[in-house]
Amino acid sequence: MGVKMSLQHVSKIFGPKPKSAIPLIKEGKSKDEILAETGNTVGVYDATIDVNEGELFVIMGLSGSGKSTLIRCLNLLNKPTSGSIVVDGEDVVKYKTEKLKNYRQNKIAMVFQHFGLFSHRTVLGNVEYGLEIRGVSAEERREIATKNLESVGLKGWEDKYPDELSGGMQQRVGLARALANDPDILLMDEPFSALDPLIRREMQLELLDLQERLQKTIIFITHDINEAFKIGDRVAVMKDGRVVQTGAPEEILENPANEYISDFIKDIDRSKIIQAENIMIRPNAMVSLKDGLKVAVQEMESNGLSSVFVTDRKRQLHGIVTIDAAIEGINQKKTLEDVVFTDVATVKKDDYLEEIIPKAVETTYPIAVVNEENRLEGIILRVHVLSSLIAEDAE
Amino acid sequence: MQEFPDISIPIGDVVDFIVRWIDSTFAPFFDFIFYLTSNTIQGFDGFLTMLPWWVFLILIFALGYYFQNVSAGILYAGFMFLVGSFGLWDEMMITIAIVLTAVIISLLIGIPTGIFMAMNKAFSVFMRPVLDAMQTMPSFVYLIPVIFFFSLGNVPAVFATIIYAVPPVIRLTELAIRNVDREVIESAESFGSSRMQILKKVQLPQAIPTMMAGVNQTTMMALAMAVIASMVGAGGLGEQVLISINRIDIALGFEAGISIVFLAIIIDRITAGIGDKFQRDKGDH
Ligand SMILES: Nc1ncnc2c1ncn2[C@@H]1O[C@H](COP(=O)(O)OP(=O)(O)OP(=O)(O)O)[C@@H](O)[C@H]1O
Ligand SMILES: [Mg+2]
Repeated sequence: MGVKMSLQHVSKIFGPKPKSAIPLIKEGKSKDEILAETGNTVGVYDATIDVNEGELFVIMGLSGSGKSTLIRCLNLLNKPTSGSIVVDGEDVVKYKTEKLKNYRQNKIAMVFQHFGLFSHRTVLGNVEYGLEIRGVSAEERREIATKNLESVGLKGWEDKYPDELSGGMQQRVGLARALANDPDILLMDEPFSALDPLIRREMQLELLDLQERLQKTIIFITHDINEAFKIGDRVAVMKDGRVVQTGAPEEILENPANEYISDFIKDIDRSKIIQAENIMIRPNAMVSLKDGLKVAVQEMESNGLSSVFVTDRKRQLHGIVTIDAAIEGINQKKTLEDVVFTDVATVKKDDYLEEIIPKAVETTYPIAVVNEENRLEGIILRVHVLSSLIAEDAE
Repeated sequence: MQEFPDISIPIGDVVDFIVRWIDSTFAPFFDFIFYLTSNTIQGFDGFLTMLPWWVFLILIFALGYYFQNVSAGILYAGFMFLVGSFGLWDEMMITIAIVLTAVIISLLIGIPTGIFMAMNKAFSVFMRPVLDAMQTMPSFVYLIPVIFFFSLGNVPAVFATIIYAVPPVIRLTELAIRNVDREVIESAESFGSSRMQILKKVQLPQAIPTMMAGVNQTTMMALAMAVIASMVGAGGLGEQVLISINRIDIALGFEAGISIVFLAIIIDRITAGIGDKFQRDKGDH
């Protein structure tokens, strides 16, 4: 999976003399100082980001941090003051009219916060727009648009006008319109911010589904950290026009680059971000059913454990045995199979903490992390479930 | 108290000179315009007077019915019938012909001007005071130069009418296009539309309802001015008002006056109705 889009030192400054602000930024002056001195507003400064092919890349930051300014540079609705944006090996910032038109018509499409739909066109007419601009025949347009509307669940709404649709449905039209052009890159500027929480959650899941099916490169903007961490493969955090940290959600969660970010992630609902694999430990002790009770006791004693997982002949998880049960079993001349406790709580590697918590509450044993074949991949101790819920800096 | 010193700046004379100069230099051009306009007016008038009166009433009913409802259609046809009963049928047709001609030319000039103002800031800044002047100048003032270029009759009336009536459609066209939601235009841009495509496929269709309000105002002002323009020899209902003033003929004055009001109501409702229709049906395609 290669890099699809590479932003190199992209800056966008608004105002009468944009370039004059650059030396001041280098001196480390703040946005407000520069505005007062030169009348220029720093939108984005020195953003360097690589977005991989097929990745859902999220840009997150507070209001006014420059997210929209940055994403609008990517399809040149804003022309960067300096820096380059390389897509498939070409610097698109240098594109002039024809090439720019081609780029926008074929490679990149955008979904807008307030939908940006054409109120004078039907839903179908909206979705056909990009194809129309590309000169696709009326028949083909209709066919492609209908198919795309169906894929966002709007079959039967083709002849309505946007103002006859709910917000959620309008944004689906916006999404279908962007996808109709079959772009490689999809830009989404706070696409779900105008929707109410329930619809929003639904749309997030649908976007993830869609991403799985289509494998587009998506750049998604949000000011909601929960949204960012929930859907993002990687997340870039912006502050005052700068990108302050880029990384996978767990990386940012584990190692916030500075105080700003740790502040940001304080109110995050970690149970929706952290997955089993983030908190599990390697199963360093394990016994097989055929090993018998003595081996099990030995294994626990040498590792200082009070219980150990037991696997069967096919190395699949069979159950767990505690030290007390094992010793009692030896005394009563029972086999390992007789004393093993098989009703173990299991989870998958990519299960979220919110699914693990109820299981941790019900059991008194560690939780087993197993793969599709029921092989043991890791162990989650109950204390780790709790401690992972608490932000690092509070420890 | 001191009197104002005896200084005279002959600006009136200068304007006088310029107007005369334009007139003599561009005489063939003005003749051509005269010919074109005069024929247009006569064409409309000829067509309208050729129609049997009841066909015209049915037409008016149909317009009222289409853009509003049955009772509006009946009411408007009734108004027209009354005008006929005053013996002002032919005069009304002349007035309608003048207004129609003036409105068509106003739209041909006004809509492109408004579009250009919306797209070009400098032009817009330049045009604003010009439009203000056109609207605030007492309408009689226009009558003098147009007489000069086109002598007396219906043609100068049309041009005086255009000067007076064109600002609303220009202003509202500009406003309508400027007010199209930025995000909507950007979304068109993000699909790689050219500027012309954005104008044609997005800005104009989105602007039509507001532009129709401008057309409505322009039409109403054209009617008002067409009446005043009878002072430069335009025929029609205005002329009857003028005659009634000279003769102090109260009956004729009232009948001609009320006929103008009827006409105004019908024109207003129908042009407003067109605007509403556009909003309902969405103009594109
Ligand atoms: N066209 C413009 N002209 C001048 N300044 C602008 C322009 N667009 C954005 N800015 C400024 O750039 C900065 C970043 O704005 P931007 O809209 O990118 O923020 P954002 O992160 O998208 O915020 P929000 O969450 O509110 O959408 C702000 O200070 C804003 O005032
Ligand atoms: Mg924004």
